[in-house]
Amino acid sequence: MMNIVVCVKAVPDPKMADKIKIDPVTKTLVRENIDLVINPLDRNALEAALQLKKTNGAHITVLSMGPPMAGNIVKECLALGADTGILLSDRAFGGADAYATAYTLAKGIEKIGAFDVVFCGMASSDGATEWVGPQVATFLRIPVVTMVHELIEDEGADWLVRAAWEEGYRKVAIRLPALFTVARDLNQPKNLSFSGILKARKKEITSWSIDDLGVSPDSVGCKGSPTIVGDFGTLETGRSVEFLEGTAEEKAERLVQILTDSGAIA
Amino acid sequence: MIDFTFTEEQEMFRKAAREFAETQVAPYVAEMEKTAKVPAGLVKALGEAEMMAITIPENYGGLGLGYTARLIALEEISRVSVATAMMLQVFALGIEPIILFGTEEQKQKYLPGLATGERLGTAAVTEATGGSDPTGIRTTYRKDGDDYIVNGRKCFITNAHIADTLTILAKSEDDPKAFCAFIVEKGMEGFRATHEEHKVGMRGCNTGELSFEDLRIPKENLLGEEGKGLKVTMAAIGDVGRGGMVGCALGLQAACLAESVKFANERILYGKPISKLATIQSKIAEMRIDLEAGRLLGYRAAAQHDATGRASNEFAVAKYFTTEAAQKAAKIAVDIHGGYGCMEEYAVSKYLRDAAVVGPSAGTSEIMKVIIARWTLG
Repeated sequence: MMNIVVCVKAVPDPKMADKIKIDPVTKTLVRENIDLVINPLDRNALEAALQLKKTNGAHITVLSMGPPMAGNIVKECLALGADTGILLSDRAFGGADAYATAYTLAKGIEKIGAFDVVFCGMASSDGATEWVGPQVATFLRIPVVTMVHELIEDEGADWLVRAAWEEGYRKVAIRLPALFTVARDLNQPKNLSFSGILKARKKEITSWSIDDLGVSPDSVGCKGSPTIVGDFGTLETGRSVEFLEGTAEEKAERLVQILTDSGAIA
Repeated sequence: MIDFTFTEEQEMFRKAAREFAETQVAPYVAEMEKTAKVPAGLVKALGEAEMMAITIPENYGGLGLGYTARLIALEEISRVSVATAMMLQVFALGIEPIILFGTEEQKQKYLPGLATGERLGTAAVTEATGGSDPTGIRTTYRKDGDDYIVNGRKCFITNAHIADTLTILAKSEDDPKAFCAFIVEKGMEGFRATHEEHKVGMRGCNTGELSFEDLRIPKENLLGEEGKGLKVTMAAIGDVGRGGMVGCALGLQAACLAESVKFANERILYGKPISKLATIQSKIAEMRIDLEAGRLLGYRAAAQHDATGRASNEFAVAKYFTTEAAQKAAKIAVDIHGGYGCMEEYAVSKYLRDAAVVGPSAGTSEIMKVIIARWTLG
């Protein structure tokens, strides 16, 4: 039976985006009073695993890194149909950038043991770097296909997938084990169900600390993160009105000028 | 100290119900308002999302969950569509008498289909001469061998035209103190759903009249003991009916508040959002206070029912408070919207119409006070 690992991230509810603030000192998101949800694209990743489980049979392990409250998100994944949940939670993991997050997740996957497929969402709705998936694959020394839109052949160890590629797409033949980051149009994730929630009563979430992973404190969390946020700002948007006067030619000329100046036309 | 927090599982139920309401119910709201018809796709979606199965025991295909889970689901669905929550709450009103008083055969026969939504349920008690006072009904039964012959009419019956399995109440032709509850199935000879009502609100939730003309009901469909049917229907109305209306009302209150907050933050007057005006803040605060108080009353009653199996008086208090508060909230929401509140493009005008129906459903506020006073005076 295929073993699938799905990496999920607890993110601030995108529906509450207007309430999300950035701490000017720490330059990180202020998470108080913001509900955490499963990163929307990670639900597509989980759905891909659930569909494979339905057709071919599979064991799905959900892996997340975050504070203890992120355990709720892992529990939700179990309610959606995953079999096992693992939360990598330790104060030492806090403040991790994409690199340190990927390293920690990779160490978690190594500890899980044998796996055939790792699914990740293409990006998170908060950080949106799109780096974690490929970096996890690099740490695990397995191939990766990013932005997967379709699993064309997903039986056996040789898969064929369609993935986005600049202005078009590419078809990639790949041998498992491999990591795939998935795009929104890969599938339509199912809703959480009451019976799924009841079934999750019997499913356990395991929490692993830095000691469980056996990694150095210097390679995880804030200490293991090479990224330094230099500065950030808020994009200012505004509206202005200009009434065009003159003949039709003059108005057209002015309009072309405005559009050229704004970068709308070259 | 009393723990007022929801469990992690209950929070997940809320999330599940909210996801369902926002993705599966919301797309039907405009159509329901326009046509006042029950969309077949919506009923199918309710079944697939296990919304009819919540309180049905697991060994009959249900989820075996209690009133708290049911209240959570109803509140979340009502936030999006009061009409859908009402429809759902009355499905349960038809189901509960079978759970409480049905024979093993009746449970095996009806509950699995009702749990999946393959069969739709309702309860039919109200008539022109009796609703809150069910002893005033004029629908009668008489025995004919092993069967019962029922004649009469019911009115204001939610789900009248879509229900497949109905729990009805009839009075003995010979003894005005003897009542029987029966399970009636759509398609029985002598049973018809007749007039369809056009309500001011909750459009898309079917309400209508039923006619029984020499309706022959086999003895296997008698629910509970012969002559003791009042107990059967009243047990369901007291807990399921009032509890369900609390869910409808809480959802409506929450929706009124959410729309008001959104509008008050967006509408600019004197160079700033109207939410900065003390008079608007006062209205928002009133709505929030009523919502918080309503939730405390409603979920307290639901938790009591889960623990003890009975909370009809507590639900009467919660039903009174929340349905009154929902009507108040809808009026305030329309007031905050000013002229926009009169326009059908704005949801609050619908909330005002829905609120008008929430009040009298499952017993008016006056009847709730009668019940509460009886409970208090002993």
